[in-house]
Amino acid sequence: MNAWLTPGEWSVVALSLRVSVAAVVLTLPLAYALAWLLARRRFPGRLLLDALVHMPLVLPPVVTGWMLLLLFGRNGPIGAWLDANFGLTLVFHWTGAALAAAVMALPLMVRAMRLSIEAVDRRLVDAARTLGARPGRAFLTITLPLSAPGIAAGAMLGFARSLGEFGATITFASNIAGQTRTLPLAIYTGLQLPGGEALVTRLSIVSVILSVAALVVSELLVRRSGGSRAHVL
Amino acid sequence: MSFDVALTHRIGGRAIELAFVSDARLTALVGPSGAGKTTVLNCIAGLIRPDSGRIAVEGRVLFDSARHVDLPPERRRAGYVFQDGRLFPHLRVSANLAYGERLAPPGDRWIGREEVIALFGLGHLLNRMPATLSGGEAKRVAIGRALLAAPRFLLLDEPFGSLDAPRAEEILQLVERIRDELEIPVLLVSHSGAEVERLADKVVTLA
Repeated sequence: MNAWLTPGEWSVVALSLRVSVAAVVLTLPLAYALAWLLARRRFPGRLLLDALVHMPLVLPPVVTGWMLLLLFGRNGPIGAWLDANFGLTLVFHWTGAALAAAVMALPLMVRAMRLSIEAVDRRLVDAARTLGARPGRAFLTITLPLSAPGIAAGAMLGFARSLGEFGATITFASNIAGQTRTLPLAIYTGLQLPGGEALVTRLSIVSVILSVAALVVSELLVRRSGGSRAHVL
Repeated sequence: MSFDVALTHRIGGRAIELAFVSDARLTALVGPSGAGKTTVLNCIAGLIRPDSGRIAVEGRVLFDSARHVDLPPERRRAGYVFQDGRLFPHLRVSANLAYGERLAPPGDRWIGREEVIALFGLGHLLNRMPATLSGGEAKRVAIGRALLAAPRFLLLDEPFGSLDAPRAEEILQLVERIRDELEIPVLLVSHSGAEVERLADKVVTLA
């Protein structure tokens, strides 16, 4: 394999994996909390929250990237605060690419998890309560394990979406080799170069392999946790 | 008084109004289907909040709208056997049985796991998943699970429904033994006149 990809191409793959894993791991708890809120709670502003979560799914990714730039850019309110307090700069940095990927992956993750939480029979939670479980314990012992297939499905969709993220990343984090040039950005860059077809082909094959692997892994996870009837797709 | 219940509740355009006191070991709640018998059990267990009323079991007030008492289900200590069993599908029978037992304060437990397993004939089922149980087996596990949570009273919702005659007779004998051998008031919802007549010391009708 080493001879097949150049060291520079390997670093693109490694960067892509790092960005996608970071995006999914960081988003997972937030996505699950949002999914639970939207599935189980009725509160004022619920529709607004639902719309906000889904916005990256329907907006042009370039617009999402630009909004991230407004908020998290060096002069944006959150970006300036992060810079002043933690010396953290997201723009032009791989963490910025991870943020862009996370925002784009969030709606898909929330949707998958929400469906699985809604599928958990509330009456089982009622049964747990009558057996002496407080709401928190009932959640941890009933809702959480029974919605595990949805967590795996959401993580897989989020990971695949992050690997493919292009528009928001290039707008917000820019296209910097070694920092924010993930697989799609490297493929796009290769297309601009004369004689870049070989590179484009190799990186595209890697993309296909990674995506299929993510699908297979999550399908196996779901089968293990949810029995034979559960499926990701 | 084992049960001292007075409540009104409006649900889906239907009004439920019920008041009864009972000192019987086994009280049956009967009435036409759709009258709200299960809703009454849910109110007593704390899963539904009635519009108004007062619910006390063995002198312990669980709900009193006038005095703003409304204990959450986990503090009411109801042994609720649901009509549909509601075994936890991701846990083996042994873990289903242990679920409430583990949460009950050790000093409150009045029946042990071995005793329940023997009484209900569950020994060979412990490693099974709920989906593989027959209707009668699932019902026995559900009753055993409720008893192990150290309840102070039992709510049985149509425990003989959806079972064939021999299975129903088996559960009926179990309920008889619970009534005669265990010191715990039972409220039974059933639509079968014969079973109510055989089991109940007192019958309450919900119109």
